[in-house]
Amino acid sequence: MKFIRRLVDSVKPHFEKGGKFEKLHPAFEALETFLFVPEATNSDGVHVRDAMDLKRTMITVVIALVPCLLFGMWNVGHQHYLAYGMEMPLMDTFMFGFWKVLPIVIVSYAVGLGAEFVFAVLKGHPVSEGYLVTGLLIPLTLPVTIPLWMVALAAIFCTILGKEIFGGTGMNFMNPALLARAFLFFAFPAFMSGDIWNDLSPEAGHQIIDAYTGATNLVTFDKDYTLLNSVGDMFWGFEKGSIGETSVFACLLGALILIITGVGSWRIIVASFLGAWLMGSLFNVLAPADIPTHAMHTPAYYHWLMGGFAFGAVFMATDPVSAAQTETGKWIYGLLIGIFTVLLRVVNPAYPEAVMLSILLMNVFAPLIDHIVIEQHIKKRLRRA
Amino acid sequence: MSVETTVEAPKATKKEALFSKKNRRALFDPLDDNNPITVQVLGICSALAVTVQVKPAMIMAVGLTFVAAFSSLIIALIRDSIPGRIRMIVQLIIVALLVTLVDQVLKAYMFDVSKKLSVFVGLIITNCIVMGRLEAFAMAQKPWPAFLDGIGNGLGYGIILVVVAVFREVFGAGTLLGFKVIPQWFYDHGYVNNGLMVLPPAALFLIGIYIWWQRSRNTKLVNVS
Repeated sequence: MKFIRRLVDSVKPHFEKGGKFEKLHPAFEALETFLFVPEATNSDGVHVRDAMDLKRTMITVVIALVPCLLFGMWNVGHQHYLAYGMEMPLMDTFMFGFWKVLPIVIVSYAVGLGAEFVFAVLKGHPVSEGYLVTGLLIPLTLPVTIPLWMVALAAIFCTILGKEIFGGTGMNFMNPALLARAFLFFAFPAFMSGDIWNDLSPEAGHQIIDAYTGATNLVTFDKDYTLLNSVGDMFWGFEKGSIGETSVFACLLGALILIITGVGSWRIIVASFLGAWLMGSLFNVLAPADIPTHAMHTPAYYHWLMGGFAFGAVFMATDPVSAAQTETGKWIYGLLIGIFTVLLRVVNPAYPEAVMLSILLMNVFAPLIDHIVIEQHIKKRLRRA
Repeated sequence: MSVETTVEAPKATKKEALFSKKNRRALFDPLDDNNPITVQVLGICSALAVTVQVKPAMIMAVGLTFVAAFSSLIIALIRDSIPGRIRMIVQLIIVALLVTLVDQVLKAYMFDVSKKLSVFVGLIITNCIVMGRLEAFAMAQKPWPAFLDGIGNGLGYGIILVVVAVFREVFGAGTLLGFKVIPQWFYDHGYVNNGLMVLPPAALFLIGIYIWWQRSRNTKLVNVS
């Protein structure tokens, strides 16, 4: 540690005002404060001091994502060997997925942070920690077969057009990670939907089993919901899907961490689940009785387990920047996310991953919801006065 | 009932040069400082719709330039005899006449392009640029500056259209004016055309980026709107 400190101190003068690399100061500062506690503190005025700074918030989310990441890596291997009908020990399965997922994570972080550093240096504002979470969320929402240059393109797109042009972390009105996924979804549809969820790199001496199907549950349930994976498989995550989203259990573990530490809003999570359940139940009532396999008959709680709903509700909808800020607003925001997700899933099979679109839509509406909630509150107070 | 109001060219006491400073501004301002799309924010709808490929975009630009220039000229010629209350209708009739002309010419000589542009040629009538410039400029100016203003705004619109269309065609289809520009080598190594570029939102992104670039270069424009 001492050694790094000395190293940092020795090059520091070059980055101060008047130094050789004065222009690169934001990049240097970002590195230094990443490694050490910043020495500069505010000296004037009143400041709320809290151990919970932005860096710790972000790291907490990253920790909450670890169960999803680890399970996702294992599941990539699991699905791969399942398609070839091979029985492999736990560690081999995990390592297969590890080597498939790692490059995506590295590219996402390297390119996104690179874009952020370049921007910070050009604009002279400090690099913020927001990308630590975005950089991990992006790979977890992508299929494992995605080409790396697409990941890089999406990372650049979401960093620059989703965040930096609005003023950087804290100014983005949409969730950057979801924006990256939406960008890929519309730009390269052939790589984001269809039979691409499984890594089918050849295995010497093995053939893909006959019963193999590449469809995810979200596509299956639209044709015949009785063909879905079992409830247990969907809950634990033994299904095809994007890397980090399959396991509802891992998402709930993450939710637990977020709620206990107070980083994520439990109101939004609960409201989203409630909204999906309400809409699912409504569809059950409306479902055509003569077609027993119709998608509308899907039990309402299946919507919690299928696809990326849990992942979206826990990690994406709760993004403190783009979500609603008022307590009542959070309930409305979450409810509508759940409702729109199920509505899109059932009614519009062209967009199977509806949770992404619903959250982005509600991101746009979040300021309006807050505005209405506050106006109503003021009116109520005035009436009482 | 035709009232013969002879529109005599206003006899300027001091003969103004054909390309005086003011006239040059009428012609060149719309190209950058007063661009109809990125500064006046007019004519966005057709900019989203006809910019998938470069060729229709260019033809659309030419068509609009023609309509904007000649409707400005005609309106400026008869501006003193148009009753204020029905001026919009008079403007519409003249614009409609010119648009029909363009439409018929396209149908006769460039049928495939005409099909691609489909309804958007007819919709030049409602293109905010034409009406906006008639109301804002031609109604109060002499014919020659009005004509230049029409050409300038048509070209300013055309620049944006072509720039946006070049990006959308190159990245969306890998071609430029129908010729392949992205080498096969790229495709062999996993490059894929960007499907987002073919969708209208891409034009919105690109125009946004253009505005960003324009304003960071031309600080006069910052805080204009």
